Amino acid sequence: MSAVAQAHVDAHDDHGHHHKETFITKYIFSQDHKMIAKQYLITGVLVMGFIGIAMSLIFRMQLAWPGESFALFEAVLGKWAPEGVMDADVYLALITMHGTIMVFFVLTAGLSGTFSNLLIPLQIGARDMASGFLNMVSYWLFFVSSVLMVVSLFLEAGPAAAGWTIYPPLSALPMAQPGSGMGMTLWLLSMTIFIASSLLGSLNYIVTVLNLRTKGMTMTRLPLTIWAFFVTAIIGVISFPVLLSAGLLLLMDRSFGTSFFLSDIFIQGEVLHYQGGSPVLYEHLFWFLGHPEVYIVLLPALGITSEVMATNARKPIFGYRAMVASILAIAFLSTIVWGHHMFISGMNPFLGSVFTFTTLLIAIPSAVKAFNYITTLWKGNLQLNPGMLFSIGLVSTFISGGLTGIILGDSTLDINVHDTYFVVAHFHLVMGISALYGLFAGVYHWFPKMFQGRMMNKNLGYIHFWVTAVCAYGIFFPMHFVGMAGVPRRYYENTAFPMFDELTNVQILMTVFALIAGLVQLVFVYNFISSIFYGKRGPQNPWKSTTLEWTTPQKHVHGNWPGKIPEVHRWAYDYSKTHENGEYIIAGQDYVPQNIPLQENEEELNH
Amino acid sequence: MTTLLVLTVLVLVAIAIWQLTKIFELSQLKSEASQSEIANDADNKTHGYLLFGFLIFIYGITIFSFAKYSKFLLPEAASAHGGEYDTLMWVSFAVIFFVQIITQALLHYFGYKYRGEKGKKALFYADNDRLEFIWTIIPVIVLAGLIISGLYYWTEIMDVSEEDDPLIVELYAQQFNWTARYGGADNVLGDASVRLIDIDRANVLGLDESDPNATDDVLVKELYLPVGRKVNFYMRSQDVLHSAYMPHFRAQMNCVPGMITQFSFTPTITTEEMRLNPEVVDKVKRTNQLRAQWAAEGRPNSDPWVFDYVLLCNKICGKSHYNMQMKIVVVTQKEYDDWMAEQKTFKDTMLAANGEEGFTPAQSRTEIVAVNQQ
Repeated sequence: MSAVAQAHVDAHDDHGHHHKETFITKYIFSQDHKMIAKQYLITGVLVMGFIGIAMSLIFRMQLAWPGESFALFEAVLGKWAPEGVMDADVYLALITMHGTIMVFFVLTAGLSGTFSNLLIPLQIGARDMASGFLNMVSYWLFFVSSVLMVVSLFLEAGPAAAGWTIYPPLSALPMAQPGSGMGMTLWLLSMTIFIASSLLGSLNYIVTVLNLRTKGMTMTRLPLTIWAFFVTAIIGVISFPVLLSAGLLLLMDRSFGTSFFLSDIFIQGEVLHYQGGSPVLYEHLFWFLGHPEVYIVLLPALGITSEVMATNARKPIFGYRAMVASILAIAFLSTIVWGHHMFISGMNPFLGSVFTFTTLLIAIPSAVKAFNYITTLWKGNLQLNPGMLFSIGLVSTFISGGLTGIILGDSTLDINVHDTYFVVAHFHLVMGISALYGLFAGVYHWFPKMFQGRMMNKNLGYIHFWVTAVCAYGIFFPMHFVGMAGVPRRYYENTAFPMFDELTNVQILMTVFALIAGLVQLVFVYNFISSIFYGKRGPQNPWKSTTLEWTTPQKHVHGNWPGKIPEVHRWAYDYSKTHENGEYIIAGQDYVPQNIPLQENEEELNH
Repeated sequence: MTTLLVLTVLVLVAIAIWQLTKIFELSQLKSEASQSEIANDADNKTHGYLLFGFLIFIYGITIFSFAKYSKFLLPEAASAHGGEYDTLMWVSFAVIFFVQIITQALLHYFGYKYRGEKGKKALFYADNDRLEFIWTIIPVIVLAGLIISGLYYWTEIMDVSEEDDPLIVELYAQQFNWTARYGGADNVLGDASVRLIDIDRANVLGLDESDPNATDDVLVKELYLPVGRKVNFYMRSQDVLHSAYMPHFRAQMNCVPGMITQFSFTPTITTEEMRLNPEVVDKVKRTNQLRAQWAAEGRPNSDPWVFDYVLLCNKICGKSHYNMQMKIVVVTQKEYDDWMAEQKTFKDTMLAANGEEGFTPAQSRTEIVAVNQQ
């Protein structure tokens, strides 16, 4: 393996870095991982993220002021909001597309796509991904699938509206709701291409991490970011194909009259011919991806947090091996817990018991991670950069959101809170907000690496963090109570039930917080875009980090390092390491980069 | 008017943020290049304190929510297993809040206490097997306790046996309403299939007219349940997934086309008794105050409310999902019997709709299926 890596290195040393690059090969059909990372960031996070979050603000307004007329609705939704009053079908379309876009396009492609691409080659010491071409294809497939998904918003009958889980028969029968016509076809098509993109990306990440590590970079010296991206890619390769099959079978049920998921249906005055299929089968297939998907979203965020937190705490991450072990344990367990989404789906109650057991097991590695983060802060010298604050914020929401998982993972307790706002509050905190915080931490931290040493404005970053942090709890903490009062999710309005009347004020409170949170994201967007052009250039290694990406020059070069690839001599977390006499290993410097050989009298601790 | 107000607020907030950013830009220019985008001691101090403030905010919003919103939660459970459910819920919540309070405190306090200062030395502390063992084993023990009690109740609740002479009720879901079907005098549901639905002949649930068990079945749009008797629900759906959610009874089960799902519980509190429950009395009072206010504003749907149990649809099922409900009335056995005596059986409704010839119990089921499929 090292021979392969070595050959690669030599080849690059020879042919130098004077490719003639046109605008198209540099910015559009680029095969350079750094450019592809930026493409993912801008398409996935800025564009799709904007759409996804804007949708949530619109339907939050409907929830707070049901049936109220807003000029905004008419302007944005057009015929779906006659006289500014939102239509019930478009409400369902909005929540469906919000979920789809946020989960898949922003937090899967946007997060993994950006940071796996940027960091894997840079942190393991590789010239580029194993296959630059496949990497480019992966991005462009993602681009096509994003375009298809956005196009579906403009269909006559509206986009898919069966919830982001698109359970059949609702999603299979065009007569069940308008969104299940062309909108659903485009949804399935878009997701099929998305999965192809995701698989190409994931395979590339796996191969790159396994084969292209520089000399000395053993698996146990990998930064935790790489471990997280690597394992995420493996989970993706295992579970995404199952969603693809579910999607294809659903497509066949819809278009070719098969009965995989449909049986005994009487709708709009006629009996349909479907017989023998089972919607529960679809649920199994969907959640076989759907649950690992949570970790596909979350693990990269946790990986980023590990790195950002250790760097800014000026301390090694506490319990490196335990962190790796818990990533692996989470990855393994994530594939055998899917049934906890289906306790009351009509599946055999005995299976419910099994899934309760495996689900609560997954709380253990998660708890270990949370404790290890807290211990990493203990007796540190915390540099509270915006990235660091977002990392601390992630641990906070990960705990708050994760704890309520104990309720939902318990089949008994799930009965009465299943599909209520309690669930919505739980998963938004634990995977939505946490993953977004991880994403933001990553953007603030590695922005200088992406944009030639320019840095984002820290004060705008602070405003962004604090307002977002307060609003996130402001939205989702009260939401638990709404759920425990019995309010079901995916209700266009709650006015049909007088028992929910007195919750109106809570809804308004949550919506106001949501609107403020949405607006403050514009500060981030402004900061991001203006910093690309006018950001102050910082030093080469602004955060005084040990990992290899900071040894590359600020100006991007093809192949990442102008000369030889650095050799690695130590793990990634030698922060504040001292000799026995209490002096730093390198005098006057509280960190030792990975490419510095062991010093005289220095002991390699633990790793 | 409200629209205008909201838009004005939005615009003002936008302007405020724009101005804020401008101020920051300007302040940046003044302090020259010496101020970099990397946190300095002053930043660490400010944000260290803010982290501590944030901890207080988290506690604050927790206390605020409990003080203000816990009265909105569902009242006392009205089913036999509901009490156990609620107990387990509160035990779990106690565990959750214990952990939440401690971990958030440590996290944010450390963020404040160990805020960076130039020249301070962090402790190189990479590992401690004993510590990690402790916080692996504690969750294991606590979770094991919760899992075991959870599973104990789960097997108990999901045991839909025919023991104790349960009342047999079918809950039938369709876009966007519910129908309940009782087994009638024999307490046995007649066979049914969506392929037997004949709207013209008023056989809306697709009952098998040739099945003797079906003739005395009773179809209703309000679910009456006798207090103290176990009820076995058999759920069907004719079109898409629905979910029969009865929050006051801590009961929920999906309705799946193509299969029959089951749930069972014993109602323990009649509707009348529940209306006298102090929590419910307060809730009704609060709600009706609100509704009186709405009525004064001339808003629709603001008549005074009387408490009733309710069955909601809790699985997205299309446009009117948000209003797919059925009233549940829990009464004494005698009231139930009286009510039941007034209901028409399936046979009666078919006769009323189709006349004597219309009801054809002789026709076999296979023939009807064949006719329908043509």
